[in-house]
Amino acid sequence: MQAYYDVIVIGAGPAGLAAAIAAAKTGASVLLAEREKRLGGILKQCVHDGFGLVRYEEKLSGPEYAQRFIDALRASTAEVLTQAFVTKIEKNGGRFRLALTTARGMLRLEAKALVFATGCRERSARQIALHGTRPAGVFTAGTAQYYTNVLGQMPARRCVILGSGDIGLIMARRLTLEGARVLGVYEAKPVPSGLPRNIAQCLRDFDIPLHVSHTVTRVFGRERLEAVEVAQVDDNMRPISGTGRKIDCDALILSVGLIPENELAEGLGVTLDPVTQGPICDQNGQTETDGVFACGNAVHVNDLVDYVSESGENAGAAAARYAARERRFALVKTDAQFLYAVPQRIDLAAQPEAVTVYFRTREERGKTRLRVCCNGQVLLQKTFRQLRPPEMERVVLPLKGAALQPSHGIELTMEGLL
Amino acid sequence: MAGIQKLNRLLAKEFGGRISAVPERGHLALRGESADWGEIVRAGHLAAKHNKSAGVVNDVHFTGQASAPTRLPCETDCSLEGASPDVLVIGGGVVGCAVARELSRSRLDILLVEKECDVALHASSRNDGMIHPGLDIRKGSQKYDYNKRGNRMFGKTCAALGVDFTQNGQYLCFPKKMPFFVLYLSLPYWKWMGIPAKVLSRRQLFAREPGLHPALHCALYFPSAGSVCPYGLTIAYAENAIENGAALSLSTAATGMELRDGRITAVHTNRGTVHPRVVVNAAGVFSEEIAAMAGDRFFSIHPRRGTNSICDKKVSDRIARNHCSTLLTGSSKGAHTKGGGVIRTVHDNLLIGPNAEESPEKEDFSTRRESIDAIFAKQAKTSEKLRQGQIITYFTGIRAATFEEDFVVRPGLYTENIIHCAGIQSPGLTAAPALGVAVAKMAVQALEAQSGETVQPNAAFNPVRAPIPSCARLDDAAREALIRENPDYGVILCRCEEISRGEILAALRRPLPCGTVDGVKRRVRAGMGRCQGGFCGPQVAQLIAQEKGIPLARVRKSGEGSELLFGETKAALREEGEDA
Repeated sequence: MQAYYDVIVIGAGPAGLAAAIAAAKTGASVLLAEREKRLGGILKQCVHDGFGLVRYEEKLSGPEYAQRFIDALRASTAEVLTQAFVTKIEKNGGRFRLALTTARGMLRLEAKALVFATGCRERSARQIALHGTRPAGVFTAGTAQYYTNVLGQMPARRCVILGSGDIGLIMARRLTLEGARVLGVYEAKPVPSGLPRNIAQCLRDFDIPLHVSHTVTRVFGRERLEAVEVAQVDDNMRPISGTGRKIDCDALILSVGLIPENELAEGLGVTLDPVTQGPICDQNGQTETDGVFACGNAVHVNDLVDYVSESGENAGAAAARYAARERRFALVKTDAQFLYAVPQRIDLAAQPEAVTVYFRTREERGKTRLRVCCNGQVLLQKTFRQLRPPEMERVVLPLKGAALQPSHGIELTMEGLL
Repeated sequence: MAGIQKLNRLLAKEFGGRISAVPERGHLALRGESADWGEIVRAGHLAAKHNKSAGVVNDVHFTGQASAPTRLPCETDCSLEGASPDVLVIGGGVVGCAVARELSRSRLDILLVEKECDVALHASSRNDGMIHPGLDIRKGSQKYDYNKRGNRMFGKTCAALGVDFTQNGQYLCFPKKMPFFVLYLSLPYWKWMGIPAKVLSRRQLFAREPGLHPALHCALYFPSAGSVCPYGLTIAYAENAIENGAALSLSTAATGMELRDGRITAVHTNRGTVHPRVVVNAAGVFSEEIAAMAGDRFFSIHPRRGTNSICDKKVSDRIARNHCSTLLTGSSKGAHTKGGGVIRTVHDNLLIGPNAEESPEKEDFSTRRESIDAIFAKQAKTSEKLRQGQIITYFTGIRAATFEEDFVVRPGLYTENIIHCAGIQSPGLTAAPALGVAVAKMAVQALEAQSGETVQPNAAFNPVRAPIPSCARLDDAAREALIRENPDYGVILCRCEEISRGEILAALRRPLPCGTVDGVKRRVRAGMGRCQGGFCGPQVAQLIAQEKGIPLARVRKSGEGSELLFGETKAALREEGEDA
């Protein structure tokens, strides 16, 4: 154990594993710090398949996907510290000073660059203003998944799922396979939040009804959940009076959104994008704070792990190359049709040749042409058959030879096609 | 009885003859019926205003939707059968536990019974944790007296019990362009009330509290306001009482009493019949039921709900560094809606609330969206930076208010060997240390009067309780030493509040039994943070199972019937198959 590393990666989920491997590959000294006992992050509990389709053209389970990276990590020069919790980070001159709590005592380490691969957390019952009583039996989908898949314990027998996020859909199928009755999935939005493949494979194939424009308005039961009240909602997602219906159930599983976890990064003064709730980054995953990089779901919530790994590799390699210098930014600007695009800005001083941009549409759209322009020059045009908010899209901008100036934004626009 | 006639005229006028007052032995009773709970409460307040006797008992029959019956523990056994404690304390809220602890200074056999599975499950965990300077209390009331004494005792009490307490004061802000000198005119009043106060100009206020609403103009500052963890204090009192020899029986309810010659001779519980020499009634919203069992019902409790929201602590500093509230002119309809405020908790969260709603239900802790909407709309005048999106949790508590709106701290009116500590609502938490001392003293006097013998001090009494170490609050050297001694303190399981495995295990090994997820949460804060236990919940459940030697499926969130899980996955499937 040394006291200084070129790069310290915080979090050993898919993003952090990829970042540590990529950083070590450059010859940099790397430490990967993980607060849990085992590596892999949330992949550990994702026993379903579908991981790695883009990267390996294979359908792997979460643990299998993670294992490929864990093996590569073990073969690399990166050091690993598990059950190590970062309690404090300070910037001191050109270096970061970290305090970590471990079972072996407090560790004090220094690093030239940091990579935050801290993932996200689930929005809880209270954060979606769920009212009524507070009994046992209300779980976020990820917690229910942990109980079911890691501990082998049933959190539900008759359940209602609120929210059609992917983990909720996966849990609908999982609990059904384990013998529970999933009475329905209720989604306040008029369209489902999860991937179409999950709607098909997790709900339709198991005859689980999906009720869009519906929400859970109240929870009943003092000790254990006894029932929930569901109601239809209006265009503003407010319950319509008179549409309430009580459903007897013993569990309510919530899949109502993920929030990137950036409290540690915020402590270093990193600015967050109010839409993604992740740090504002450049194409290298470098945040507004020099030397602080971020990747994976800490930056924005992805729907495929393959892209999380990609962003981890990108940020890890960039962090290893990091040397303090001035950055000159061109902002990535999107029109109102976009929910967001990441990175939010491009560092021109790095002389980028190709930049990967991830984006989501705000609303479901048919055939659409994406156009990327800079100072009147069209950098890229691409046509999408359809765009849906649950599906993140990815384009690579060819910037080689483009005459980019910091004053010129890079403009992304969408145009509907017939 | 001119007073009664006048009151009945007023009642007849107000309620059209549906409600009338009748003098009883030493108290006043209200009779009649109404389908409107608000009307019943108003009648009670009206009667209390004109009443000269010991108290108002409201027997007006509510014909609206019947209230849920009192929840009683399902378990029954004989563990208390034949016990004959010197003092039986009924109720494990902050007051009951404080009384038990203060009694343990004397050489006495003390038994505290609590009907819930842990202490502090009702009002003592469902409040804002504020230690009040005593601004809106009538001088001369019991509330005034005990609040003042309690406030002064807080620092010393918390230091002995190992409970975190901060005393950074409270700002009462004024929204209108009120001439500055008007606030100075109030200073003699605060002096007369015995409350330290200071006038702050707009500049002074914003230098201290830059996050407040820019329209605020000036403020009164009351330095004696503070914050404590209310359930933390209750648990500390209970643990210290146990360490000093008191017995505590959880999930134990008093279900009836036997009386002879104006004395309680037996108290029935679900764990057997107890024969106490003196009974202390600290039963919160149920103190009226306990008084009735004891043949000593001379007051009534009308439950008043209050909802509080707790915000993510990362927003605290940019909104309020200390307690801040705004004088909201014309917005408080009833005399008992104080309007709440922005409270800085001892754990540095902001707590927004409470409101006040009369309800016949004594144990309905459910929350409603409208309460929170109304509270946030109101507190937007204190800081426009408050957002409902900052909320991490919310809860409802129920105040045990009498119609006199005062505490009832006294020996029985009709029954000799009962001491009431009833009607404890805000500022009951502030008053608790003083109430504990006063009620313990009354109980000792009652015992001495009975036997003619002096109660001896408990020579082994130790007022100091060693708290569970809070790793995140220790300095690096102390934390390092703790981890060296026990590596479990270096394994963080609750990421939001930075709580270690060592702290969770310690919570499960205290003198007061704790074996539920919520119990752990109240003791060490695992699950109190922004993820609300999503990540640490299963870890805590596993530690409980391991520590108690029970299967995971028997680990409960809180009371009986709140098991988190239904057993092993494959087992549940097999059972289903057999059923079909």
